[in-house]
Amino acid sequence: MISFSFLEMVWALVVATRWTIVLSAVALIGGALLGALLLILRIAHSRILRWGVAGIIVFVQGTPLLIQLFLMFFGVSALGFNVNAWVAAALTLIIWAGAFLGDIWRGCVEAIARGQWEASASLGMGWFQQLRYIIFPQAIRIAIPATVGFSVQVIKATALTSVIGFIELTRTASFVSNATYRPLLTYGLVAIIYFLLCWPLSFSAGRLARRLNVANRTS
Amino acid sequence: MSLIELRNVEKNFGSLKVIRGVDLNVEKGEVISIIGQSGSGKTTLLRCVNGLETIDSGSITVSGVVLSREPKQLRALRLEVGMIFQQFNLFPHLTAGENVALAQVVVIGRSKAEAHEIAKQNLRRVGLSEKFDAYPHQLSGGQQQRVAIARALAMSPKALLCDEITSALDPELVGEVLAVVRSLASEGMTLLMVTHEMEFARRICDRVVFMRNGVVHEMGSSSAIFEDPKTPELKQFLSAMKH
Repeated sequence: MISFSFLEMVWALVVATRWTIVLSAVALIGGALLGALLLILRIAHSRILRWGVAGIIVFVQGTPLLIQLFLMFFGVSALGFNVNAWVAAALTLIIWAGAFLGDIWRGCVEAIARGQWEASASLGMGWFQQLRYIIFPQAIRIAIPATVGFSVQVIKATALTSVIGFIELTRTASFVSNATYRPLLTYGLVAIIYFLLCWPLSFSAGRLARRLNVANRTS
Repeated sequence: MSLIELRNVEKNFGSLKVIRGVDLNVEKGEVISIIGQSGSGKTTLLRCVNGLETIDSGSITVSGVVLSREPKQLRALRLEVGMIFQQFNLFPHLTAGENVALAQVVVIGRSKAEAHEIAKQNLRRVGLSEKFDAYPHQLSGGQQQRVAIARALAMSPKALLCDEITSALDPELVGEVLAVVRSLASEGMTLLMVTHEMEFARRICDRVVFMRNGVVHEMGSSSAIFEDPKTPELKQFLSAMKH
């Protein structure tokens, strides 16, 4: 058995944390792009597009992320493609985050008063112009706190990718725990690391929500 | 040819028939009020003229062009008739000046400098030249509504549709908005407005349309409608409005 000092434990976990951060960033950026696409399709005038997108979102929201990871990892292999844990984890999280972000943002767009659509339409603006100049600038203000808040969920969700063998913080913790026979200490350290990643985001989401809300109240 | 022609216009919301066959001609330079109880279809009729509601039957013609659902044609029509709303509907993230300038740039394609200049002129026209850089939430209701009027005017429409534009205002702010409307009327702007301001309608309108149950129940010159109503329903409506 390899013996680990406390500092070596901490160091192993901190080094592994970068993969949690990278995966979170990939999931958030990819999820934001996908979410924006789903949002546009969802508010489009075509009923087929709206229903199609609603179907995808309902599926993603209605099944556990863990199962989605398995479906991606084993399903794609079953189709004959060799998919590594990193690709499967990233793709699954992008789809998962995209479905949630698209839905969160749709709520923000729908929160904009109908009069804004009507006033811009009566000035002759087309649909894309309405979105670009009138609806999105207002919806983004509402969307920022919820989006920052959701990024916390994404960071925590990356822990699940350890089950398909992606080596990030949680997966590394199980190695360290097995090697040291000190699971409580290991997972205690892991909890602290996740907390240090997530809490600043939760905190700023709350701050942003209050600040943007104050601006709203005066209008 | 009239500027706006409505022929047998019908509009249903589900099984509810809101407009049940309305004919109306609006001549260039005419000032017309539509009066009637809530639910009589007057606001819906106005919204149909701007294409905010689609009609189920009949036709609406503006400057000789029949209103269709085709988006490009609908946008062209909306440049001919501006609309002012009860709730102002200013864009809250833009200043008064930007509210007036934006559509000029993105819809008509004017240069920013030109749009800025025209925005200034139109804000001056409604008496708000000093509010160019104010945000809507820094303005009173009456000022917001005047910015909304300037915004519509900046698109150089041939007619303005006014949907109960003073109904959401505190009583002391109604006068400043009506003064702007009066000056537009005297400049020869074609106005079609839904209003509850009977005294105002009586003074500035060429014609008054009384709507009831989705049809034009009585129509005539301002003096004919207010001083010599023919139908018992109009008489009753007018006497109820006095209180």
